[in-house]
Amino acid sequence: MPYVVERKPLTLLERVYIPQILAGLKVTLKHLFSPNVTLEYPEQRPAIPTGYRGVPTLVKDPHGREKCVSCQLCEFVCPPKAIRITPGEIPADQPERAHVEKGPKAFDIDMLRCIYCGLCQEVCPEEAIFLQNQYSMTGYTRAEMVNDKARLYELGGTLPDQHFKWDKKKAAAEHGNAH
Amino acid sequence: MSAVIEIWSGLHPLIQGIIKGLCVIAVMFPIGGACSLVERKVSAWIQGRPGPNRALPFWFAWVPVIGPFLQRLGAFHLMADGLKMFLKEDPLPGHVNKFYFLLAPVVGMIPALTTVTVVPFGAYFNEAGHLVPLALANLDVGILAVFAIGSLGVYALILAGWASNSKYPFLGGIRASAQLISYELSMTLAVVPVFLMINVPGGNGTLSLTDVVLFQSGTSGWHGTWFIMTMPLSAVIFLVALFAETNRLPFDMAEGEADLVGGFHTEYGAMKWGLFFVAEYSHMLIGSGVFTLLFLGGWNPLPWVPLSTVIGWLAHLSPLFQNPIAVGLISIGIFMGKVLFFMFLFMWVRWTVPRFRYDQVMKLGWQKLLPLAIGNLIFYAIVIAILQKPVS
Repeated sequence: MPYVVERKPLTLLERVYIPQILAGLKVTLKHLFSPNVTLEYPEQRPAIPTGYRGVPTLVKDPHGREKCVSCQLCEFVCPPKAIRITPGEIPADQPERAHVEKGPKAFDIDMLRCIYCGLCQEVCPEEAIFLQNQYSMTGYTRAEMVNDKARLYELGGTLPDQHFKWDKKKAAAEHGNAH
Repeated sequence: MSAVIEIWSGLHPLIQGIIKGLCVIAVMFPIGGACSLVERKVSAWIQGRPGPNRALPFWFAWVPVIGPFLQRLGAFHLMADGLKMFLKEDPLPGHVNKFYFLLAPVVGMIPALTTVTVVPFGAYFNEAGHLVPLALANLDVGILAVFAIGSLGVYALILAGWASNSKYPFLGGIRASAQLISYELSMTLAVVPVFLMINVPGGNGTLSLTDVVLFQSGTSGWHGTWFIMTMPLSAVIFLVALFAETNRLPFDMAEGEADLVGGFHTEYGAMKWGLFFVAEYSHMLIGSGVFTLLFLGGWNPLPWVPLSTVIGWLAHLSPLFQNPIAVGLISIGIFMGKVLFFMFLFMWVRWTVPRFRYDQVMKLGWQKLLPLAIGNLIFYAIVIAILQKPVS
């Protein structure tokens, strides 16, 4: 049975139109004096909700170590192919990073390609890449819009680590079981 | 003070006229410009936005409280807009009919500035106690001149639409002409009862706008009422037709951004475009002025409280108020207050009533307003015939 919307014939007052307009004028007058609903952007910034997907960034763990192990999963999963990673060995003179084998030599995210889908964050086994709060990316050239590794760490900073994956691995190894 | 008046009356009438005309233009243009800013501000406030509030010239930035206040008010956007209009590139598309294309904005301005000459905007009392209206030309054909010249304004729209030689301006021009013809009729018919009322049979016939105000300047009985009270239907029809004549929303057919890009002024830019807008605002100002004179008692502050009564009260405070210049300024102030309220009403209605469809506009004009105006005229003709006794 289709749902039929009954169109009532207009009453005389409605057909005269003037009272309806006056009612409308009353509504707009109320809005004239009601407070603004907009933010004055550069001075006032919107509150960013948790889980917001802003600019993708690289983060360090609470020990200040690079988390990314250059597995390149994000590079592979990235739908618009915005991420480009050059993997490299961990230098021998950095013992604090010896717990992993590799780290990125270069890590570039082309923000002109990025679609902010968050798949890189989702796929990362090390929780090294996060889409954080920053929502405004501007630049005058195409080159400026490519975030390199240094910039990504500068934007990312350090996030509290929930798991301390490598500490647990180390402890497990010391107690004699592989995992 | 009297020396100034003496020098003034010693001048050749032609020079007097030119000075008066320049004074009126010097008031009208800034008001027209300010209205474009007020329009932006009122639009913003009604939509819950702060509106333009950024422009601040560096030489004004150091003024303590007033500077930021005017900035928030957007007062400098007025200058910025005007300057932009003058300085930006003025394109002349290759496909237009150049002569008429350039002529159209000028043709738009001429009726706008001509009609203002016959609109009285204030009054003062001379030594004999007679009321002298302040007007550039207090013609006895007043309202006829307004209608005759004011409706020429549509030629600018048609000319612009046709000379632009492209689709949307052409449609805009056609719509403008059709709409004007439709609403001109009801507008004229709506004011006829007013003039039936003030022209007592056997007396001197007049179409002067001043006389309409004088008729509403009584202190008691019929003469004290404003025509909006005795002829509300006429006032409503006139107001609706006024919205249509000035191409304001909800009768924004000629421009119709949503369906016609920009309508008749699509191909225009810079100051030529600006002239169309100054003309539109001038038309609104004059339309509001005529409405005020006809239906809202002109420069009388309240019904049954005419200007002379108020001046009498003020004279108790200080005899200075009886000075003709003071009286003139007070009357102009009252008149401008009413006119500016109508300018606000134009903007207020703009954000209240959405644009009509073209066929709805035609239907409203021909099938509703015109019969209503004719019926209204017949009704008042009979009533006035019964009420008014011929002067013999």
